[in-house]
Amino acid sequence: MKLDAKIPSGPMAGKWGKRKFEGKLVNPSNKRKYKIIVVGSGLAGGGGAASLAELGYNVDCFCFQDSPRRAHSIAAQGGINAAKNYQNDGDSVHRLFYDTVKGGDFRSREANVHRLAEVSNAIIDQSVAMGVPFAREYGGTLDNRSFGGAQVSRTFYARGQTGQQLLLGVYSALSRQIGAGQVTMHPRTEMLDLVLVDGHAKGIVTRNLVTGKIETWAADAVILATGGYGPVFYLSTNAVGNNVTAAWRAHKKGALFANPCYTQIHPTCIPVSGDHQSKLTLMSESLRNDGRIWVPKKQGDTRAPDNIPDTERDYYLERMYPSFGNLAPRDISSRAAKRACDEGRGVGPGALGVYLDFRDAISRLGLTTVQERYGNLFDMYERITGENAYQMPMRIYPAIHYTMGGLWVDYDLMSNVPGLYVLGEANFSDHGANRLGASALMQGLADGYFVIPATISEYLVGQAPGEVGTDHEAFRKSTGEVDETIKKILAVNGRRTANSFHRELGLLMWEKCGMARNEAGLKSALDMIPALREEFWENVKVTGTGDDLNKELERAGRVADFLEFGELLVTDALHREGSCGGHFREEYQSEEGEAKRDDENFSYVGAWEYTGGAPVLHKEELEFEEVHLAVRSYK
Amino acid sequence: MHLTLRIWRQKNARDKGKFETYEMRDVSPDMSFLEMLDVLSDSLVEKGDESIAFDSDCREGICGMCSLTIDGVPHGPDQGGTVCQLHMRRYKNGDTITIEPWRAMPFPVLKDLAVDRSAFDRIIQAGGYITSNMGSAVDANAILIPKEAADMAMDAAACIGCGACAASCPNGSAMLFVAAKVSQLAHLPQGESERTQRVLSMVGQMDDEGFGNCANHAECEAVCPKEISVSHIAKMNREFIRATLKGAV
Repeated sequence: MKLDAKIPSGPMAGKWGKRKFEGKLVNPSNKRKYKIIVVGSGLAGGGGAASLAELGYNVDCFCFQDSPRRAHSIAAQGGINAAKNYQNDGDSVHRLFYDTVKGGDFRSREANVHRLAEVSNAIIDQSVAMGVPFAREYGGTLDNRSFGGAQVSRTFYARGQTGQQLLLGVYSALSRQIGAGQVTMHPRTEMLDLVLVDGHAKGIVTRNLVTGKIETWAADAVILATGGYGPVFYLSTNAVGNNVTAAWRAHKKGALFANPCYTQIHPTCIPVSGDHQSKLTLMSESLRNDGRIWVPKKQGDTRAPDNIPDTERDYYLERMYPSFGNLAPRDISSRAAKRACDEGRGVGPGALGVYLDFRDAISRLGLTTVQERYGNLFDMYERITGENAYQMPMRIYPAIHYTMGGLWVDYDLMSNVPGLYVLGEANFSDHGANRLGASALMQGLADGYFVIPATISEYLVGQAPGEVGTDHEAFRKSTGEVDETIKKILAVNGRRTANSFHRELGLLMWEKCGMARNEAGLKSALDMIPALREEFWENVKVTGTGDDLNKELERAGRVADFLEFGELLVTDALHREGSCGGHFREEYQSEEGEAKRDDENFSYVGAWEYTGGAPVLHKEELEFEEVHLAVRSYK
Repeated sequence: MHLTLRIWRQKNARDKGKFETYEMRDVSPDMSFLEMLDVLSDSLVEKGDESIAFDSDCREGICGMCSLTIDGVPHGPDQGGTVCQLHMRRYKNGDTITIEPWRAMPFPVLKDLAVDRSAFDRIIQAGGYITSNMGSAVDANAILIPKEAADMAMDAAACIGCGACAASCPNGSAMLFVAAKVSQLAHLPQGESERTQRVLSMVGQMDDEGFGNCANHAECEAVCPKEISVSHIAKMNREFIRATLKGAV
């Protein structure tokens, strides 16, 4: 299979304009004849559904939560980047583009990233117009803060709830279209299969999570905006409902899965407290604007933090990366924390933690300012740990936060399956091997608000609207398969809960394929995962029936998919013999312990094809015209 | 610690429902309240019983999905937080805890502790937005908004749409939820064009859904996980009166 990314020719800065001009359009009066399915209601999906509906398309939007307003975009705390240069500190579209390509450790597609930087400003304009209450200066203009991996202040924020406010902006636009009848919303509905007709994506099969009813939906194109796969690690900062099911089932229908091993570990999360734990809570990266990260210089130093004098503290990020300091990118900061703990200098229970200290910020800015900036985060921390971070430093440790890999898409965000588009975290395209802070919100909204409305018409023009209905044989077949899987899960009647399998898989993934990976560990994971999967199908216990609201059944279906997907993730990690960004292979590191890339052999997108047996790798070679491949340095 | 849980079990919307009692041993103070319910659910499944149906997703107090009434109080005993943020260190050995779903007529129970809150979505669909098609916006700094106004709008915008306000109100009123959106948009210049119609439409929909009216109990503010002030209800009332008078002229 030849992967054609369909990148427009010509100079980088002109590509998006050229694409918009050259792409075929659907006449305004013909748009109403088309139906588009959107799965997911976060920034990408909800934003896409709203913007397509504004254009006049008929949209069916699906989410598994009880309302589109709950999509996990809501949990993003810190902010959203844009190249406004409102701070007069030398920012530009080119700089945002450059920082993002470099931040991704040269594993993203340049043309996509450039487009992302280009539309970033319109996202801020649009969000403000919709009433998103970004933080402002006294004069009434917008305020900015700094985020990791950048030396300019380009991050717009709404207290510590930027994702919430942007999502509520999306939700309001979506609600307007639902009210107008242009979008039909299907909450508490889970996609369980993609339906192909003559090789084109023409619909989906869903389960109504309240009644258990299996239903079919036909459309002229299908958009997946179903988020990432972080919970394959069980513990992550993701919502407990986040899953890979929609993407995985599309993969099994032919969509290639790209770079699954690119997973992001966020450096500032609250450490694990016990086996009962269902998730890990992120402390926003914005805290690193004012908080200083340190561990004791001495190993096994169990003194209380205020009894350790400054001379005996190691502010290791400031020491190792003086120009970026505490704002070094996420992958680098995470590994530095791991190294400190591996050296026996970790703090707190199990010595798996480092300090994030606000003592100096409080004396410099005053308690009130610190409270104003980060109050909600300090409150959140206290609820979970019972500790007051104004009086003693926070303890933090890295955790799975975001997944850069996803379904392969071309420049138009269409997968290799004609008519199947993938937006937001669910695709692979913009963040390479490491995502910079405040870029996920930017990408979700770019894809939903501005990219998909401009690119989908090219495909639709070639389709006779409404040609395929749910009476087509392909829908019956898919429904049969979905029914079969549900019956099979309910019939096992073993002794272990789906949750226990999920937990075991997650622990295995974290240990063998987490922050640091090596050949032996990955190979052992490839033995363990199939064995666990086999046990699942022999020994899982799901009570209740398929005919009503059954959280156990929902979970079991998702865990079954994670048990298949996890193996692909490890396979990808094993094949990529070289470190880059969040993918750190211990065999490939510099003398200082930094990720050592192999551009000669691995400067490609690894897109995997599902075969039922060993997955087949297809490569899209990455070409860097504008940003020259270099060792990423934040010193 | 050892706890006794009285949990509302209800098969579906038509079932009458009743309390069941469960004994929980070895509850760690570091567990969150929902993690304790996870542990209980797992043990029920292992015994062949159905797990307890309850809604939750982000488990960090922002998505608004979790919705339990604990000992009569929506979101439980901690102020300014959701159930998912409540931790077991709040309780002591030997406590008995009663867990129910949201109790409000427009929020029918779907199963056990999960309720249908789509009424809230319909209220927003009636007018809780600013009409601005993608691509039509002016430069973000062309609209100057004084910090105080932006901060006040943000205070209201912090609403997570969980429904605790209506669940706590003796009248089953959703006025705090509706007021939060009306007030947010009324504080912003972008919201001006649709100001009159918005409040009329949203209040109209709120009434149609069967929510009661405000009688100034302020229970909503007491349980609101985002501590949204009832002063926004006053703001909405002013907006409503203004809109009604304007309509009458």
